[in-house]
Amino acid sequence: MSETEPTTSEATSATDGADAATPSRRPGRERGRDDGKFGRYGGQYVPEALMPAIEELTDAYRRYVLGNEDGFMDEFRERLADFGGRPTPLQRADRLSERYDLEVYLKREDLLHGGAHKLNNALGQVLLAKYMGKERIVAETGAGQHGTATAMAAAHLDMPCEIYMGERDINRQRPNVFRMKLNGAEVNPVTAGRGTLKEAISETMRDWATTVENTHYVIGSVVGPHPFPVMVRDFQAVISEEAREQSIEKAGGLPTDVVACAGGGSNTMGAFAGFVDDEAVALHAVEAGGSTLEVDEEAGVAPNSASLYAGDEGVLHGARTKLLQDSDGQIMESHSISSGLDYAGVGPELAYLVDEGRVNPVAVDDDAALEGFHRLSRTEGIIPALETAHAFGFLEEHHEELGERVVVNVSGRGDKDLDAAIEETDKRDIAEAPDMSMFTGGI
Amino acid sequence: MARVPETGNSEAIAAAFADGPAYIPYLAVGDPDEESSKAYVEALDRGGADVIELGLPFSEPIAEGSTIQGALVRALDAGMTPDRFFAFAEEVEVEAPLVCMTYYNLIYQYGSGEARSASDASGETASTGPRPFVERAAAAGIQGLVVPDLPAEEADPLREACDEFGLDLVFIVAPTTVDDRLDRIMSQVSGYVYVQARLGTTGARSDVSDQTTESLDRLREYDVPKAVGFGISAGEHAERIVAGGADGIIVGSALVDIVAEGVEDDLSTAEVADRLEALSRELKAGAERGYAARVEAAESR
Repeated sequence: MSETEPTTSEATSATDGADAATPSRRPGRERGRDDGKFGRYGGQYVPEALMPAIEELTDAYRRYVLGNEDGFMDEFRERLADFGGRPTPLQRADRLSERYDLEVYLKREDLLHGGAHKLNNALGQVLLAKYMGKERIVAETGAGQHGTATAMAAAHLDMPCEIYMGERDINRQRPNVFRMKLNGAEVNPVTAGRGTLKEAISETMRDWATTVENTHYVIGSVVGPHPFPVMVRDFQAVISEEAREQSIEKAGGLPTDVVACAGGGSNTMGAFAGFVDDEAVALHAVEAGGSTLEVDEEAGVAPNSASLYAGDEGVLHGARTKLLQDSDGQIMESHSISSGLDYAGVGPELAYLVDEGRVNPVAVDDDAALEGFHRLSRTEGIIPALETAHAFGFLEEHHEELGERVVVNVSGRGDKDLDAAIEETDKRDIAEAPDMSMFTGGI
Repeated sequence: MARVPETGNSEAIAAAFADGPAYIPYLAVGDPDEESSKAYVEALDRGGADVIELGLPFSEPIAEGSTIQGALVRALDAGMTPDRFFAFAEEVEVEAPLVCMTYYNLIYQYGSGEARSASDASGETASTGPRPFVERAAAAGIQGLVVPDLPAEEADPLREACDEFGLDLVFIVAPTTVDDRLDRIMSQVSGYVYVQARLGTTGARSDVSDQTTESLDRLREYDVPKAVGFGISAGEHAERIVAGGADGIIVGSALVDIVAEGVEDDLSTAEVADRLEALSRELKAGAERGYAARVEAAESR
């Protein structure tokens, strides 16, 4: 961002809260809308068969999302409120505030219908598909959170829905498979490769290449070809639009820091979008450091998913971005204790914001994330998703470097992760954790 | 009036379309191992290949169906890399010109290892771009590239590198490609245009789609050879497609299926090579019958 651009936070923070919440000029908020380019990142690297669908979608995004044609955005907001339960609260975390001697606020996306921020995007895209006259929804899912959100939105809007999910993830996330089926979605196992998220994305793209004329692909994060990264960001931006207003009203001003976990980056961009133009607000993207940041080139395995922190520029799933890859350009198998962060790429806008120095990428390892999981559960009565727990691992490790008012995005609740949390806790010695050994025998 | 593309960069590829229909087979290099793969590619050449497309395996081949995806996984598991691929292209004994089919990330990353260690020292961002790959491909005798995840809009750097080193850059036209995109693609294409016979990913089918005929009609005004691919598996398909106006046929999955059967049934390399050669002869003969029928129809008109 150039220094000549006005810093809207300074221009407006002196006036009253309502003006500060709706500043007139927000260039960062609109980045990429025209051409899908974020500096060197982004673009549309897709097979020719998909290009017309991508162009049709770009046109629909402009008309309905940006232009509110036929009242699309009005209906979207109304459904997010009535079906989704928005706005979600911004809650002061009393114990954490005391522990770190900071004002810690929690943006409670875990209270959104479905238990995670994912519905913001899924509902937006399924509704858009309906406005576009599409008759069928396909989506990929890794941990199952995006799949369940899409299945819920599709049931709510009466659209047939098929979800592609890696076979290994199906075995790891059975309750989410049930939830999707209960909502009437078909779940197609993907056996190719290692059977996780990136194979599921590739397989969904293949389905879409065959059925593009009547089908919309609801991508689950700010990844993929333009217009997906901007469109998903715009649907998720409701998180930071609310949080910005709530922080001004409730906490007496803008936060000094916003913290969000980052896998593909949809909750991250959702939590950051409204603050990108407030240059005084520091933005921290917390990635999964896994077991180590070292990579095994020979085996093609990166035991982490820290593509912002440790990745290199490349092209994957339709966009140029930062990736975990070997020196030939083959995509590596990523790893994280939380399957929702387990992805070798990241949204192109985040890659850009990191290069620009606007977003601070940090890696938090499995151990620190699990400790964060127990700390939030015990001290605040909120069991976070293992993805979200990384943000609390960051808070513990880096609180001394932060300003006085910190907003942490609680991207999802942890009910889906109980099996994994019990198993992983039993392997470690965590001070704040209860003894889980009685559960690991399999009940 | 559509822009008429200039003659392609590769004379060998232009010659392949010069008299009669071009038979263009595809195999994944290194499937299931380098030695067998070499024998298989040489069998395609004996079977009458006019151009041979060699697949350089990428870990996320989003445009491929399960057959070719399986082949790419076998090749990767057996250790295929871009450098081994180029060595293969140098060693394989064939007369047909070679075209490399791969995904953009491998092209973009080629040589990045050295660039990155150099940039670590200088403190600048490593950015190699497509040029080192194309330079190496040219040195290995590769005559053209097909990159299924690179649309015409993003292709300028690769197109420039191809022009510099004399390679053709082949683009795919789909049944869903609208007319203004067609112009954009045709302004970037060289060598031949890959006409996708139907929607979807690669894979052998028994029928020949109406979408093929429509696509060929739309491309008629462009003066560049049109090779039809996706789903061709038998001589009579080849015959019908060439009779319908195609200048060439591209066959992948039907050949890869033979390699896969060889793996499953534990057949000898020679046995698999014989089958590949036999199917190649059938496809080539079919294409030639189709061409003869077309010439005859034109003369009687």
